[in-house]
Amino acid sequence: MTGTYSGVPRWLLAVAVVGALFLVVPLGAIVLRVDWARFGELVSSDSSRAALLLSLQTSATSTVLCVLFGVPMAFALARTRFRGQRVLRALVLLPLVLPPVVGGIALLYTFGRQGLLGESLRVVGVDIAFSTAAVVLAQTFVALPFLVLSLEGALRTAGTRFETVAATLGARPTTVLRRVSLPLVGPGIVSGAVLSFARALGEFGATLTFAGSLQGVTRTLPLEIYLQRETDPDAAVALSLVLVAVAVLVVAVAHRIHEGSTQ
Amino acid sequence: MSRRLSLLVGGVVVLSLTACGSTSPTTDATLNVYAAASLQAPFENIAGEFEADHPEVRVQLNFAGSADLATQIIAGAPAEVFASADAATMERVAAEGLLASTPRTFATNTLTIAVAAENPLGIDSLESLSNPDVSTVLCAPQVPCGAAAEAVQKFSGIPIEPVSEEGSVTDVLGKVSSGQADAGLVYVTDVQAAGGAVESVPFDAAGQAVNAYPIAVTGSGGELAQAFVDLVTAPPGQEILSAYGFGEPDQ
Repeated sequence: MTGTYSGVPRWLLAVAVVGALFLVVPLGAIVLRVDWARFGELVSSDSSRAALLLSLQTSATSTVLCVLFGVPMAFALARTRFRGQRVLRALVLLPLVLPPVVGGIALLYTFGRQGLLGESLRVVGVDIAFSTAAVVLAQTFVALPFLVLSLEGALRTAGTRFETVAATLGARPTTVLRRVSLPLVGPGIVSGAVLSFARALGEFGATLTFAGSLQGVTRTLPLEIYLQRETDPDAAVALSLVLVAVAVLVVAVAHRIHEGSTQ
Repeated sequence: MSRRLSLLVGGVVVLSLTACGSTSPTTDATLNVYAAASLQAPFENIAGEFEADHPEVRVQLNFAGSADLATQIIAGAPAEVFASADAATMERVAAEGLLASTPRTFATNTLTIAVAAENPLGIDSLESLSNPDVSTVLCAPQVPCGAAAEAVQKFSGIPIEPVSEEGSVTDVLGKVSSGQADAGLVYVTDVQAAGGAVESVPFDAAGQAVNAYPIAVTGSGGELAQAFVDLVTAPPGQEILSAYGFGEPDQ
């Protein structure tokens, strides 16, 4: 922690540089391809604005759902012990490594019209096929593990000292949670939420497979980019840059929160 | 130090690039054919015939959406033959001066209504799709099948309010075969390729939006490419295409 040993071998740095270039050069390539003369017009067309607005709305909704369900899940995984916990953790984190299109197919056979729960949902008058709700479901499915994973890590790092003290002073579990645990990992929750938001914003495969694509209803920014690419590559590039900019902003916010929490 | 570093970086890049480049097997000759996704089954068949006639040649087929393929070719992909699902996409490649032969129409395809097997909703015409209780999926107007769907709506005067506008005809078919949607407008050949999962309901206005498939030799193609185009447009190729549901050109 306090030492300043920097004896990293040069060859290691060289490989690191190659890796960094591999990640950064493609982003530069997008910027170089932007048709700046038409940029404003391209990103402010009706379909572009509808897609950006829908993306922001659905990602925000998914993030709220991620926090509502992810925080209890992270506590259950970090603060309790039960049989099969390790298997459960692996299953819950599976969407992190699952190809999104597989997630879309899984959602289709769960919430789809002929899916496991689809029939019952239809009986009570809920049909989420091709609705904005389907987009939110797809985004939450892929983003929830990000919040669980980052908050569980924060909880383990924070330890249980303060919680134990509060409990020995007679605080009930709910009071401990509200007054001690949640404030302690507050920055962890926020940075987990930011990560979830970013993941939801970029969701493509599950949405395309499960929700469909209709302007203003289910066609989020990544789907709009994919469609524009067919006929108007310039518009696709311009919109990609918008998405990159939003992603950079999100990463910057998450980084600041992280820095703030470690000081 | 920085010089040694940059030498090392350069070395690593060169090494990794050559490692990637040397993996393709060396046959006598390879013919790169880029064809619209809907042509997959008949073109695999035709390529087999071609290889039987030219034992020294291996036909490398690349199937994707026509617009995608055009973008790849314009970006310098080594296509020698390009078969597109519509004239407009071929025109994009021609406009870049990348064609070595005049495009020839070699097949046609018409739209049909795809419904679930045994047609549970009794959909029998384009009018059925304007019923708000029937959820219909179309292609987006930006892709060839969507342009055709717009044309039949315009001609028949029947507006369809789709629940989704997909980027490819296979996505439309997927929404119908999975039961998410009740109906979709797809090509006759797609229903045939889907087997028993979906059924086709023909409609009158379909004849107003016949999609013509053009094929051409691209800039990097030579005699072999021309021979492939000739095979596709000659009776043996035409028979294979018609077996998969494609229509004859110039109708």
